[in-house]
Amino acid sequence: MELNKTADGLVMSAADSKIPEGPVAEKWTNYKAHQKLVNPANKRKLDVIVVGTGLAGASAASTLAEMGFNVLNFCIQDSPRRAHSIAAQGGINAAKNYQNDGDSVYRLFYDTVKGGDYRAREANVYRLAEVANNIIDQCVAQGVPFAREYGGLLANRSFGGAQVSRTFYAKGQTGQQLLLGAYSSLNRQIELGKVKSFNRYEMHDVVMIDGRARGIIAKNLVTGKFERFAAHAVVLATGGYGNTYFLSTNAMSCNCSAAVAAYRKGAFFANPAFVQIHPTCIPVHGDKQSKLTLMSESLRNDGRIWVPKDINTAKKLQKGEIKGSDVPENERDYYLERRYPAFGNLVPRDVASRAAKERCDKGFGVNNTGLAVFLDFSEAINRLGIDTVRQRYGNLFDMYEEITDVNPGELGNKIGGECYYNPMMIFPAIHYTMGGLWVDYELQTSLKGLFAIGECNFSDHGANRLGASALMQGLADGYFVLPYTIQNYLSDQISVPRFSTDAPEFAEAEKQCEARQQSLLSIQGKRSVDSIHKELGHIMWDMVGMARTKESLTEALRRLKELRKVFETDLYVPGTAEGWNNELDKAFRLRDFITMGELIAYDALNRNESCGGHFREEYQTEEGEAKRDDENFFYVSCWDYAGNDNEAPTLIKESLHYEAIKVQTRNYKS
Amino acid sequence: MAKMTVTLRIWRQANPKAAGRFENYTVETDTDTSFLETLDILNEQLVEQHQEPVAFDSDCREGICGMCSLYINGHPHGPATGATTCQLYMRRFKDGETITVEPWRSAAFPVIKDLIVDRNAFDKIQQAGGYVSFNCGGAQDANNLPISKEAADMAMDSATCIGCGACVAACKNGSAMLFVSAKVSQFALLPQGQVERVRRARKMVAKMDELGFGNCTNTGACSAECPKNISLSNIARLNREFISAKCKE
Repeated sequence: MELNKTADGLVMSAADSKIPEGPVAEKWTNYKAHQKLVNPANKRKLDVIVVGTGLAGASAASTLAEMGFNVLNFCIQDSPRRAHSIAAQGGINAAKNYQNDGDSVYRLFYDTVKGGDYRAREANVYRLAEVANNIIDQCVAQGVPFAREYGGLLANRSFGGAQVSRTFYAKGQTGQQLLLGAYSSLNRQIELGKVKSFNRYEMHDVVMIDGRARGIIAKNLVTGKFERFAAHAVVLATGGYGNTYFLSTNAMSCNCSAAVAAYRKGAFFANPAFVQIHPTCIPVHGDKQSKLTLMSESLRNDGRIWVPKDINTAKKLQKGEIKGSDVPENERDYYLERRYPAFGNLVPRDVASRAAKERCDKGFGVNNTGLAVFLDFSEAINRLGIDTVRQRYGNLFDMYEEITDVNPGELGNKIGGECYYNPMMIFPAIHYTMGGLWVDYELQTSLKGLFAIGECNFSDHGANRLGASALMQGLADGYFVLPYTIQNYLSDQISVPRFSTDAPEFAEAEKQCEARQQSLLSIQGKRSVDSIHKELGHIMWDMVGMARTKESLTEALRRLKELRKVFETDLYVPGTAEGWNNELDKAFRLRDFITMGELIAYDALNRNESCGGHFREEYQTEEGEAKRDDENFFYVSCWDYAGNDNEAPTLIKESLHYEAIKVQTRNYKS
Repeated sequence: MAKMTVTLRIWRQANPKAAGRFENYTVETDTDTSFLETLDILNEQLVEQHQEPVAFDSDCREGICGMCSLYINGHPHGPATGATTCQLYMRRFKDGETITVEPWRSAAFPVIKDLIVDRNAFDKIQQAGGYVSFNCGGAQDANNLPISKEAADMAMDSATCIGCGACVAACKNGSAMLFVSAKVSQFALLPQGQVERVRRARKMVAKMDELGFGNCTNTGACSAECPKNISLSNIARLNREFISAKCKE
């Protein structure tokens, strides 16, 4: 890679992102027409490691195997079917225009770029929109039971940031059904012997030989042993870094260690500050909580978000003197409908989250902590009847009731003949990370032979991801993009023989893993992994969360340094290196979460603007909207590891170039 | 929210070959805390006392990944119906109660450690035929294949299975029929599954038998304890599929 030193700092050359020539709508077609391919006889000689079995990992592993490559597939859980993609509720976008509401590839592309606050790479997003329709076809062919109309055709619903109905869904379990579809294709390839599946394995390092990724060191979580695996290329599909914040909607085992291992080996980490805070999660209730639960964005199709107009009413709600259903219609402030008439309750996630925070900061929060707003279905139930509403959201209502003991489908009160149902209480929570390993158009990281797909990479969502787009991107990367682009790399590897895991590079990498393990076990301090992780979470949420300032970020960096010291000197890990030791595995992950926390803070401190999920309080309009600075920050920030965890990383910029879209201020008001 | 103290009577087993035993632990928790978070609290206590924490599986903690298991007071996933262990909150228990926690008990699911079992047999059954043999890339437009809403909804109900293994744990015979029938039903109900219908039923049932799961005697405990309420009618459908596959041999 050629980096140019300019007055603006280190800047990548335009060639590094490998964006094909031609108008944006023709780039992918041109690319496919000219890329190098690998013939069937040679595919049999090539091995690919895919780490992760979520939508991106499972779809890539199965598709590469269908093409004829030999795949080694790694999964941290006990089965590929449990990857956290399974928890996605709402749906998946595509530009089928089945509803005849004016949708098109261009419009999906445009909405995604605009939703990302003009910080995504245009060419990648267009490709994403282009292949989205193939995903729906692929999934239906696999037998994914999408929701259908009585005529037998596919049903759609609306999601935030769009004015069309382009979201395909399977009840509130779309992620589950899509993942089980990919898992079924994966199973077929495992049965055929083309995929070797390693369950309860966690990747610890990527092994580089002569400047190329040639394998990984993974830990067998059951035996506790490090094992070596070699291949011609390595694909990371290891998800995002949301658990840096301790409390998030991510699963317990979601971690960023594979991505951070790649970063420490020299892969650039792009836009780490772009973290998505989802507006509709069940509020935090206590310090023993292990995770936050998302309530699908699809609820905003029929649910209306409000707080009381009168602060005294809010105070009564906070003290528990009255319930939400005691507040009559004319005393409710539907603040999203008031502030954003054109999109109303369906504004994008970053906008909805900030608006909730704004109301709660002003004292209008509706629960005992003052950190919650209402999501109300009274109007929908009165209009459609409880049966229809239950059919749409019944499983979500039940899920909410299990956790909070309140059912949003139950009548709460009658005021003047009007029926008021129990509203849900919701509050924003960390949900998804738009940032990730930097990849070029071919989804290759800055390390040769190392690819990153799905949430693990940075490319498609800019500074904010629209609802129902994560499933789309994961499957686009895995089914339709990577299996093509990786061949451009593998085509000149056909004469490279299989690597032996006896190579000194493997031995050295394994030795380092062992040494790290020994150092964690030998600290023998007083603090548990979780107690330090919770402290990390508090620093991140309070200072690097929904609202950031130069001061808060500087302070966060100072505290994170202290926290690393605590981790290195006062951690206590029980047990030994032998066999199952979850505390030890969590300690490994926490070490990387601290590094990730710093990376997020460095990036947020550098980006002196507000855009998408990144809100710097210094940079806002008079109305409190995010104020972008396209003149100075129209770039992807790529961070290059300094060689040790105590030094600040180096910033390298990838300038953005938009051809098809005019960059403008996001407007969801009119 | 009300504070409560419970005694957890937990199965401890160091490894697959070691003998297991119950140990009692007292934990302070509250009604709004989940059962697994109560186990987290216990583990924090154990770590503080430099003792080995209890090993248990859990991941999404919102009832969909199927990773959590646990036999609680004689029920897979505990006393709540239609919910997984991770969706179980302490308000379901009484202050001062003793709660017995065991791993899934089935020959086909050997214990790895404490409350963690090996459910790899489920993956192997799926690998035997739980798919439509279709390579990525050649699909026709999705709406070229209309499917009645009823069939799609029924297939969806079957496809809701999370593969947790509660059905096997609940069954006195250790049968995996509900699990197998859910996948076989999903494809039997959809046009995409028709071509391989016979082969699928035959191969998945053969694999299930091979892996040491017991036979079905239609007791219905599996469906009653299923956190996703997978209906017993799936087993009736699997039996039909299997018999008609046999007839075509």
